[in-house]
Amino acid sequence: MTLFFQQLINGLSLGAIYALIALGYTMVYGTLQLINFAHSEVFMMGAFAALLFSGAMGYEDGAGVIPAILVALVAMGSCAVLGMTIERLAYRPMRNSSRLNMLITAIGVSIFLQNLALKLWGTNLAFPDLIPKTNWNVLGVNVASNSVLVLGVTLVLMVLLTWVVERTKIGLSMRAVSHSRETAALMGIPVDRTISFTFALGSALAGPGPFLFLLRAPQVDPQMGAGPGLKAFVAAVLGGIGSVPGAVAGALVLGLSETFVSGYLSSTWRDAVAFCVLILILLYKPSGLFGKNTVEKV
Amino acid sequence: MKRVFGGYALFAVALAAIWAIEIFVIPNTDRYLTDMLLRVACTVISVIGLALVLGFTGQFSLGHAGFMAVGAYGSAILAMNYGVPFPVAVFLGGLMAALAGLAVGVPSLRLTGDYLAVVTLGFNQIIIVAVQNMPVLGGAQGLIGVPLETTFGWAFTWLLLGLAFLRNVLNSPQGRTFAAVRDNEIATRSLGIDTTRVKVTAFVIGAFWAGVSGALLAFKLSSIFPAQFETKISIELLAMVVLGGTGSLSGPVLSASILTLLPEVLRGLADYRMMFYALVLIVMMIVRPKGLLGSRELSDVIWAGFRRFVPAKA
Repeated sequence: MTLFFQQLINGLSLGAIYALIALGYTMVYGTLQLINFAHSEVFMMGAFAALLFSGAMGYEDGAGVIPAILVALVAMGSCAVLGMTIERLAYRPMRNSSRLNMLITAIGVSIFLQNLALKLWGTNLAFPDLIPKTNWNVLGVNVASNSVLVLGVTLVLMVLLTWVVERTKIGLSMRAVSHSRETAALMGIPVDRTISFTFALGSALAGPGPFLFLLRAPQVDPQMGAGPGLKAFVAAVLGGIGSVPGAVAGALVLGLSETFVSGYLSSTWRDAVAFCVLILILLYKPSGLFGKNTVEKV
Repeated sequence: MKRVFGGYALFAVALAAIWAIEIFVIPNTDRYLTDMLLRVACTVISVIGLALVLGFTGQFSLGHAGFMAVGAYGSAILAMNYGVPFPVAVFLGGLMAALAGLAVGVPSLRLTGDYLAVVTLGFNQIIIVAVQNMPVLGGAQGLIGVPLETTFGWAFTWLLLGLAFLRNVLNSPQGRTFAAVRDNEIATRSLGIDTTRVKVTAFVIGAFWAGVSGALLAFKLSSIFPAQFETKISIELLAMVVLGGTGSLSGPVLSASILTLLPEVLRGLADYRMMFYALVLIVMMIVRPKGLLGSRELSDVIWAGFRRFVPAKA
């Protein structure tokens, strides 16, 4: 039973990280129907921003909570700016072309950013442990402070996101644009600005993602986005792409199935089993957990 | 009659030319150049398979490299452990990939668009993890010591076979249904065509050529690693098809050749070459949204160019 709760906590914190990245995929998909393959590179760039900022400020191991919050905010800000820049330069000129073309553009942006980071900063850079790690023993279950931190930060950001999407004016325009871009434009909603904001928001959510990811594996690398990015994308689709609660649910399912497989079965087969679960769920619910069943119309 | 005969004659001439080059030219050619040509041939064989799935049938597969892995590992094991001769091993590698295509395709082709993409992507990941965990296949360290048998002649013979096969399939009544499914699935179904069957057929044929390509690659490189068949490669193959033009066969052939050679040509740019490669992709998509050839074939383009200078007699 102890093992069960142990894996549950690990799975939830892994799922929480996937969820933050998955939200970026799903929000962009909701507005542009684009699988933004460059999103995993935004995540990676966020990690580099965090690293450079802590370097510039001279933060070392155990710098404390305030520097950690500052670093996370800088990472979020850089991701938001990068997301908006990518949208403006690469996706806006493609707004009216086919989805496949936008997809290839996204792949191009992704390759570009990876190689840019490789050229500028190199590989495998160590990231300082800003917040000292501790482990708490709760009824025999070993709870790492990092897992709690990851879950806490994710929860706060989810609440904030829900508030922005459901309760603010810009959130209303976002929902309108994702419903129908043309109609939204006719209603006087500034479509370009709304899409730009969606990118900023989605990218900012990936900002603390790498920061939290670094708590688990403190290495900054141009390739670091690919793995979690792919998983998060899968999570977004699993939940029903375009759906915000779906992305979170999908991410948790994926995180939990990964940790439970490595806990109970085999850590080397982890990814294979996680993907089998995914395929089985999609075969049973072809439009994802929270996806709407689309009716085919002629 | 003339068309059919013309097709066979062209095929025979091309085949003779390939083997003439193999015998008389290749021994005197720079090893590096031959190597590049082989790489182009392997990539193109895989890309024409994906062109059928994505370009002609409109099914979004992100697992094409997974089928290449099946062909590569399957044929290598057959040749190394069971002494199967090289040409047969390549063919069987293709068949194994086709079987894998059938196994993946039958349940998953009910899904559409991005959901299909994710299932095929998942399949690719599963293949990679499976290979990494199987000591027989060399695990993550790779399978070493595959006999070096892929020569210019064999690679281009397979390429020629692939092109001829796909061309004939696409010009057959069955071939028309591929495009019908892509353009409007519901309308196609209302004409009494079993669209799932059409999609699975395209998928299986595409997987076969991916398998052949993987097999040729294995016998060219002599050592194969799971990392060579990752999702990243599937995405690159996808980019080649879209850049060449969906609904064209020669377009993807052209773009696959260019994109395979581009990083080599750009070697002078050193560290910047992949950035430049990415920029080429982005700019091409903005400037030529329909890809290099759109849905036309190279012969149409050349013919149209010829007609501009030599107008047809009225």
